[in-house]
Amino acid sequence: MIRWLLWLVGGLVLGGIVHLATVLLLPRTATQDAYTRLTATAPVNSVVPVPAPTPDDALLPFMDPAFATAVCRYDLSSGPLQLRVPVSQAYTSVSFYARRGIAYYAINDRAAGRRIIELDLMTAQQRAELPEDEEVTAADRLIVESPTRTGLILVRMFGPEPGLMPMARRALASAQCRPQT
Amino acid sequence: MRLLLGLLFSFLVAAIFGLGLTQFALTRGTAFGAITIGAWTAWPKTGTTDIDPYARAAIARSGELPIGSGDGVAFFAASDDAGKPLDGRCAVTLSGTTPAARFWTLTLYDLDGRLVPNAADRYGFTSQEVSRHADGTFSILLAPRARPGNWLPTGGIDRYVVVLRLYDTPVGVATRTAKDAPMPSITAGACA
Repeated sequence: MIRWLLWLVGGLVLGGIVHLATVLLLPRTATQDAYTRLTATAPVNSVVPVPAPTPDDALLPFMDPAFATAVCRYDLSSGPLQLRVPVSQAYTSVSFYARRGIAYYAINDRAAGRRIIELDLMTAQQRAELPEDEEVTAADRLIVESPTRTGLILVRMFGPEPGLMPMARRALASAQCRPQT
Repeated sequence: MRLLLGLLFSFLVAAIFGLGLTQFALTRGTAFGAITIGAWTAWPKTGTTDIDPYARAAIARSGELPIGSGDGVAFFAASDDAGKPLDGRCAVTLSGTTPAARFWTLTLYDLDGRLVPNAADRYGFTSQEVSRHADGTFSILLAPRARPGNWLPTGGIDRYVVVLRLYDTPVGVATRTAKDAPMPSITAGACA
């Protein structure tokens, strides 16, 4: 009896380890994460609109239907990326997600403080390789460091009511992300 | 032989207990860093790099992109103030005020994060669309059939969640109580 109880306790301890290991390893093995879902529709390093969610069809779960959304699926292996997003009249936000969906940075039109949100996205290594003087001239440019080589930029414009959605979608069309030249 | 049986038993217990616990934690959600105000819960840390491993695994599995903390915060409610799960066949009233924010949106989803289907193709309200009482408060009625006032169709589905998203708001990781963030009350009414 005691022997079986010991085996049971051993099993529970091992189960705890299994639990922690699966939770930590799951993000690496997920086949339905946001990046993978967007791979089919979004070419690398360009802004593409994400269709408005409907009950039958939504690219991602829990999308806010009051927003026009576009995504830039980025890959920084060939160099830093430049992002330009003209601000719409209602509300504009740009959110950055690492490869596994972690939101590492977000900025909105008010925080940007101008008519256009303009920033450079690069890895920590690319930033370290920036020439010294360039860093000075780029002082008024916003530099965002991506923790992973690939990831997602979500550009969202608010449509306060359904009639204003076409306008938000049009404003969204002028957003750009492209490799720095 | 006995050793083998024991080991086998141990491994079986480990697999069932470990995987079961993981499944449970990922589908039920965890309490790490949660702000609960009335029936509403938000996980502001999920929109930052401080995200806990459970939320990390949950978003990788669901494919959701959590709202970034520089953008806003999302409050979820799956039950009314009395703790009863929200039922699409019943009338539910949301009333009161919302915390300070530039604007907010309110949306109904099924438990998997899909919009709730309905004949009116209306999935939510924004703060600009809602009509308010003279004192600035509002009430929104969630019901299967059309109602006067601010009506959101529930399409008669079994279970749903209400998500209130506040944009450009001081509410976030530092928020603790209803005094910082007055959320609307959720009261269940008659069922069809």
